[in-house]
Amino acid sequence: MIKIENVAKSFQDTEVLKDISLEINDGEIFGIIGQSGAGKSTLLRCINGLETYDSGLISVDGQPVDTNDKKNLRLLQRNMGMIFQSFNLLERLDVYENVALPMKFWGINTKSKESKEKILKLIKLVGLEDKLHSKPRELSGGQKQRVAIARALVLDPKILLCDEATSALDPEITKGILALLQKINKEMGITIVMVTHQMEVVKQICQKVAFLSHGKMLAVGNPEKLFVWPKELEIRDFLREESDKLPTTGVNLKLFFFGEGNQRPIVTQMAHELNTDFNICWAKLEDFREDVYGSLVLNMEEKDLEKACAFLDSKNVTWEVLK
Amino acid sequence: MGVFTPFFDQYGFIFEEFGKTMIMVFASAFFSVVIGFIPAIILTLTAPDGLKPNKIVYEVLSFIINLFRSFPFIILLVVIIPFTQFVAGTYLGVKGVIVPLTVSAIPFIARIFETSLRETDHGVIEAAKSFGASNFQIIMRVYIKESIPRMLNGIVLLIISLVGYSAMAGDVGGGGIGDVAIRFGFRMYNPQILFICSVILIIFVQGVQMLGNYMYKKLR
Repeated sequence: MIKIENVAKSFQDTEVLKDISLEINDGEIFGIIGQSGAGKSTLLRCINGLETYDSGLISVDGQPVDTNDKKNLRLLQRNMGMIFQSFNLLERLDVYENVALPMKFWGINTKSKESKEKILKLIKLVGLEDKLHSKPRELSGGQKQRVAIARALVLDPKILLCDEATSALDPEITKGILALLQKINKEMGITIVMVTHQMEVVKQICQKVAFLSHGKMLAVGNPEKLFVWPKELEIRDFLREESDKLPTTGVNLKLFFFGEGNQRPIVTQMAHELNTDFNICWAKLEDFREDVYGSLVLNMEEKDLEKACAFLDSKNVTWEVLK
Repeated sequence: MGVFTPFFDQYGFIFEEFGKTMIMVFASAFFSVVIGFIPAIILTLTAPDGLKPNKIVYEVLSFIINLFRSFPFIILLVVIIPFTQFVAGTYLGVKGVIVPLTVSAIPFIARIFETSLRETDHGVIEAAKSFGASNFQIIMRVYIKESIPRMLNGIVLLIISLVGYSAMAGDVGGGGIGDVAIRFGFRMYNPQILFICSVILIIFVQGVQMLGNYMYKKLR
């Protein structure tokens, strides 16, 4: 378990992390999302000691992350593999040698039978067994990230830290990488912490998510909850929620769907029952992992509002009148 | 061979002198690479973006290197004569020239190595750190390993400029092909000798450069 308690950090005069507290449980895929410059990457780098923090405490499985205690820090780092936006492979090493590199840092004999088997197994896992002796410059971005993933797993870590791991990849490749990470999480039980500014990533694989803005943690929880009905203005801005072209006459009513967005014919049912018409002005339905979540905005006459709300309540649909 | 015998009788000594040039160039290249590597590593470590940033060490070492680099070679050669005498036992001849050539080449190659090493992608160093690599391992397995092709390019540059410097070494009786070109070709106005010397040097420089480029591609 990763425990972050009241962590703060400044670079000269700018506070990059302000009193951040959160817990990441074993086996979770945890997303840290926010705009660039929100402090997400800094927070991630604090977790494995690449960066120091000024106050508070970060601990991993009860062990404090302390950059002054180099010996202990190294042991902790062994337990945390990391992948990066720019892949960070060694240009002069081929796929096999890149994956083997962390073993060399730990004095593990990479020529032994077990080591060889393990390296090959990981390269197979990421699907690059036919590229064993290719240099990074011969690989595509997605393939490079796959090598980096295999490299991050070679020391049998319990945690995988991903720093904008898919930000440099196109959407199709990103999906492949995310599927691979999900597989690693499921099959190997590895905790994954994903720092990203891409909603797609959170939607596709994160079970829990923290939203950072200007170094502050605004919210933490299920991605569905956080993003379908965000209360914080910053999160709404980030998601670019709601159209600015909503009708100015009548009332605008926003309906929220949690995981059953495409299951029930709510709107048409309501039109039937109340015997009136609505104008659907805006809608957004999105896949979060297996389910569909989202919201839509209806425009109606003032007099229908009360009846509509009563109907929605009877169907257990969350709603909000937009002002 | 028959046809060439008169040619060799007349100009054979040029090749002998070229041999001396080779000894001067390669010996001083070898020593300066070995010695210059040390300040290069220290500069890389202590640079602002290095593993152990230290402004004082970096600036002082940097200043010393600039100091030596700003000496014109011919002056450096004269200034360090006592040192040359002490190290080589003489300040004349091939042996006496290797010392000043080396001394002038050390700061040159140190700077080139520093630049090569510091061009290493910072992200790769970060990745190594994240896997728990020690600073020593990062120097050996990341900085040096990744920089070898760039450093090789630097050595090619060094060898070529040493050929130029070695010509000046004629002034202390170092001999060599540059000396022949100046003495026989220029002062005694013998265009054939000047021409032959130039051709040999052009072939040599081109050859070194081509070999360097080939190896860069291989090692990259």
